[in-house]
Amino acid sequence: MKNPSVRRRVFKERLFRLTVFVLASLVVVPLAFLLGYIVKKGIGVVNWNFLFSMPAGVGESGGGIVHSLAGTLLLIVIAVALSVPVAVATALFINDHPKNRISRLIRFTVDMLQGIPSIIMGIVVYLWVVLPMKNFSALAGGVALGIMMLPIVIKSTEETLKMVPESLKEASMALGAPYYKTVLHVILPAGLSGILTGILLGVSRIAGETAPLLFTAFGNPFLNTNIFKPVDALPLLIYNYSTSPYPEWHSLAWGASFILVAFVLILNLITRLVVKKWQIKY
Amino acid sequence: MSIMKARDNRGGGQGSALLLSSHQMKEKGFASFLLFAGISVLLVLGAFFVTMILQSWPLFRETGLGFFTTLRWAPMENEYSVLPFLAGTLMTSLLSILIAFPFSMALSILLGEYLKTGPFAAAFKSVTELLAGIPSVIYGFWGIMILMPLIQSLQIKLGMIPYGVGVLTASLILSLMIIPYAASLGRDVISMVPGELKEAAYAMGATRWEVIFHVTLPYARSGITAGFFLALGRAVGETMAVTMLIGNSNFIPKGIFSPANTMASVIANEFGEADGLHTTALIAVGLVLMLLTGLINYAGKSIMKRFQVGG
Repeated sequence: MKNPSVRRRVFKERLFRLTVFVLASLVVVPLAFLLGYIVKKGIGVVNWNFLFSMPAGVGESGGGIVHSLAGTLLLIVIAVALSVPVAVATALFINDHPKNRISRLIRFTVDMLQGIPSIIMGIVVYLWVVLPMKNFSALAGGVALGIMMLPIVIKSTEETLKMVPESLKEASMALGAPYYKTVLHVILPAGLSGILTGILLGVSRIAGETAPLLFTAFGNPFLNTNIFKPVDALPLLIYNYSTSPYPEWHSLAWGASFILVAFVLILNLITRLVVKKWQIKY
Repeated sequence: MSIMKARDNRGGGQGSALLLSSHQMKEKGFASFLLFAGISVLLVLGAFFVTMILQSWPLFRETGLGFFTTLRWAPMENEYSVLPFLAGTLMTSLLSILIAFPFSMALSILLGEYLKTGPFAAAFKSVTELLAGIPSVIYGFWGIMILMPLIQSLQIKLGMIPYGVGVLTASLILSLMIIPYAASLGRDVISMVPGELKEAAYAMGATRWEVIFHVTLPYARSGITAGFFLALGRAVGETMAVTMLIGNSNFIPKGIFSPANTMASVIANEFGEADGLHTTALIAVGLVLMLLTGLINYAGKSIMKRFQVGG
């Protein structure tokens, strides 16, 4: 270790390690600050009244976000109902014909679909749904979010289906079960955890999306459960309130941010539990 | 099994030929349902492109290539050009990648080499996943409340007009948003480098940073590049946080402090109130955005695929 060249190399190694640690911790600072800020500003706003009452007028304190909570739930239900059947069937198709030209094209399409900016979803669904129906609607918002969910659910389902052992399929076929019964009664139940994971991941991804909703669900200051009328959503409310000049609305926006982040976090935790508990093991 | 038995009994005296054919029909029906679902996914993407092209066509018919050659976006005077927004998009996203680069490299080296397992690695992983899950609009809100005043005071110190919003503010938030994504891609790539290569270098007496610089990083280079392409694709398409922080000015930005608009942010700002040719022009901006992100993502994915096959 007395050799000066070795000492220089060891010194360089220490310097490099220090740089890596410092840079990495520098990232964590603003990110931790961001999380802390959301909790600090948001948690004081959240109470029974905030969650279950309608918004108050401009300048009045109090008021709640029940209309956007209901809207977000409605949008998620529509998006899941529209996308999950198509996504699962598509994943089954790719899994059945892995080398097929159509399957390869579908995989490519799924990759491309995942990369399309969310604002484009908004424009296209506006042209497809809002213009013909002459009305902003929860349905249009749900369609936009559903298309965003498709790639996530397809990929997750496909990954799981790959892990279902061939012997299970063979056993079912050997008993004389037709292929569709094998799929419905053997393959899908075995892969249920992966499909659930995909749905949860997809929901946690779309729950916070604002851009696709701007020209589809549009936002609505009133409580609405009609899917053919515009609805509010948590991210839309955060956007509208945070860009307003009223401090009361800013604090409502922090409360809504806290709820939204907590919702996404809980979904992630549930996803992990699902992955852990129901792993495919045969 | 019980279902099948019940069906057998119901089939009863009619013989098994009929039974078989009903099964075969269901089999075929099921197969074509799956095929139909797969094709519908293809159609969605196809219809996306067709819709965007058809809906922006009137603009190109009216103004020709002026959309790509003039510099002025003035909807009141029916003048449309994508260039101010293309410039704004490229400036913000490239600047954000530049800012994110050292930090996400440090994170991926830390997670892929130094702290592969243990509580630190788990905590880092959870935090980065959590941050990836925070919605864009909340990053934007936080940026308005925290980052904007900071930039304003910096601008006052530098003797500039304290807008607070602009290319730099948007890029800073963007880089914060893409660091977790780029770092997790980088970590995956780095941990795919074969152990024997590194061990061989260690066996020859190399220090850790020599191994990282002369073995790990060169081996992982294409994968890391691909990761940055994918992160760039995200930055280019990111809408809400940028819309809230970029200052919404329809001119080519003069520097990193000046307000601007990206392709995504101008759509978010103006599409709701636009009509006629203005709407068409915004759809055309969307088409350019879609093609650009498509191209970047395609490049990223194909480099990544080649890396995975090679490694």
